[in-house]
Amino acid sequence: MAPAVEEIGGWGRRPVRPGRVLRSERLALPASVAPVLPRGLGRAYGDAAVPASAESLVIETARANRILDFDPTSGRLTCEAGLSLAEIIRVFLPRGWFLPVTPGTKFVTVGGCVASDVHGKNHHREGTFGGFVERLRLWTADGMLVNAGPDVERELFLATVGGMGLTGLIVEVTFRLRRVESPWIVLDVRSVASLDEMVEGLRESSRDWIYTVGWIDCLARGSALGRGVLMRGRHASLDETRGLAPPRHRAFTVPCDAPEWLLNPIFMRLFNRLYHTRHAAIRKPRVVSCEQFFYPLDALHDWNRLYGARGFLQYQCVIPNSAGAAPVRSLLEKLAARGAASFLAVIKDFGPGSDAFLSFPLAGTTLSLDLPYRGQKTEMLVHELNAVVIQAGGRIYLAKDAVTRPEDFASMMKPRLEQWKAVRDRWDPHRRFRSAQSVRLFGDHA
Amino acid sequence: MKVVAVGATRGMGRALAQLLAERGARVFLLGRDPGELAVSARDLEARGAAVPVKTAVLDLATPAGFPAALDAADAALDRFDTLVVTGGLFARQEELAADPARLERMLHVNFTGTAVLCQMVAERLAGRGGGTICAFSSVAGDRSRRSNYLYGASKAGLSAVLDGLGQAYADRGVRVVCVRPGFVKTGMTAGLPVPPFAGEPESVASAVLAAMTAGRPVVYVPAIWRWVMLVIRALPRFVLRRLKF
Repeated sequence: MAPAVEEIGGWGRRPVRPGRVLRSERLALPASVAPVLPRGLGRAYGDAAVPASAESLVIETARANRILDFDPTSGRLTCEAGLSLAEIIRVFLPRGWFLPVTPGTKFVTVGGCVASDVHGKNHHREGTFGGFVERLRLWTADGMLVNAGPDVERELFLATVGGMGLTGLIVEVTFRLRRVESPWIVLDVRSVASLDEMVEGLRESSRDWIYTVGWIDCLARGSALGRGVLMRGRHASLDETRGLAPPRHRAFTVPCDAPEWLLNPIFMRLFNRLYHTRHAAIRKPRVVSCEQFFYPLDALHDWNRLYGARGFLQYQCVIPNSAGAAPVRSLLEKLAARGAASFLAVIKDFGPGSDAFLSFPLAGTTLSLDLPYRGQKTEMLVHELNAVVIQAGGRIYLAKDAVTRPEDFASMMKPRLEQWKAVRDRWDPHRRFRSAQSVRLFGDHA
Repeated sequence: MKVVAVGATRGMGRALAQLLAERGARVFLLGRDPGELAVSARDLEARGAAVPVKTAVLDLATPAGFPAALDAADAALDRFDTLVVTGGLFARQEELAADPARLERMLHVNFTGTAVLCQMVAERLAGRGGGTICAFSSVAGDRSRRSNYLYGASKAGLSAVLDGLGQAYADRGVRVVCVRPGFVKTGMTAGLPVPPFAGEPESVASAVLAAMTAGRPVVYVPAIWRWVMLVIRALPRFVLRRLKF
């Protein structure tokens, strides 16, 4: 049955393009179909999982969700690539196992975590998701089922981790879960008055806390620039959680697209003020569930609709330690000057980067923002921010990008982009795997 | 719960078996493809089903093979108490209309095979004090429509069998649940345009498990399809004839 044509967008709902979607329990590469594009649960914000053209076949993997093997002594899990982190948590957290690395939503597939080489609040200590992967099985463009890992087909492995699904269709992943004593997190929150204090707070906390992250009030200017809240967390011990009832979670769904005026500067200013005051008032560490700590937004299904029909852009970059805090300050100043408030301005320190060619993190400070889409103006702002990032020797995160110019991305990723392209040339010389993002950034034809 | 599941390697059956496994149920898998059955068995074990999850081959098109498959399930589970049938065939109306052999096979599997299996299991369960039979019919069986009356007819027949079975065996402790899914996003419906009110297999699974526990004879999933079908059943024929769906 030839799939019907659908409109397909990223989580930021911008851009949206037509394509045919195959949702199958059995992940396979239909013979002589091109272009193809693997897609998980569609949480990449930009155009990474958006088809290159209307003729594209998007292979949605989330139906392939079986656990193939689990070793309860080592925590080694082998699963089909469409298994979601939400399911892993539901099945394994009650048994004392958690994800080695998790992004800010659990509604992503394991294959997606590999393809974006996701990072989390423990990057300063544990690195990216790809660092825990022992084996991948993927269908490559020539119709072969290939095993790849740190010790076998290493180049293909390094090109696939963080490779945005452009090296093949990942069908199976083997990686290690983390042993935890309880499903709870001890959370410590402190108010921070300036950017310097935030950066210093993150650095200091990295020694004793496995999870750290900062939230920044983007509307604060001058000496208050970088004002925010620093959150630190660690897995709670059994003793600390004795007698706690299993966490229960209520989720709400945003029923329709919100009007565009909803997230206006006044509303955001109020929200930021409230958020800051509320967290600043808490003095003592407290125990919260993993869901509350890692996935606060997952409690609001379809929250991307809050940005209205025009959608939004996410922007995440990293500034290397060698460049100091000045570029981070400059990015925040540009945002504040334009009144481009963001609900979720998140700051975090990264540890060393990985060997995977297109993996995003590198030792430095990362900044992540939501920008309501207001046409050319918003795109220009991204280019301005990119200029600061390039100057500082930093990079941007492909899982969030929708508008970066190819030449800008190339200068951020030198020489890794060339290495990645060389591996891609070997495995997919005819560019069977293509996305709207690869058309935009890597010169693939639509 | 000691569950025999037919067709649980895919779609709603898979989601329901996974949910049962996570609740610690004892599960036995029946289906056509031994390789797929083995992979699903390992999945259910990892999710918490009582170990080992055993399997046997059963084809709904071949009722002669049912007794042996059910015997194997009885032996593995020390007499099962629940049957879940999600297996079945599906094709678009135009595909069925153009291919009589395919049409015949679809009717045979969805109606004859499934009806024979449910009847056989009802007798087996009644003989040992009762149990639950949960079979997946479809909203398509509620009212014939030009766009899917062939598939719908197979499910209308099945709904009738399940309704009667529930009445006939109630006194002997057998509860029968007829599940009527509306559009659910599974491999079966892959490629079809997704209509409003489409459901996900995971939410269907929780709703079906709740209905099985409560012993509700008919359950629509997603629940809104109950009201959608109420309207469609009430439409006069001359109106329905003009509708394209």
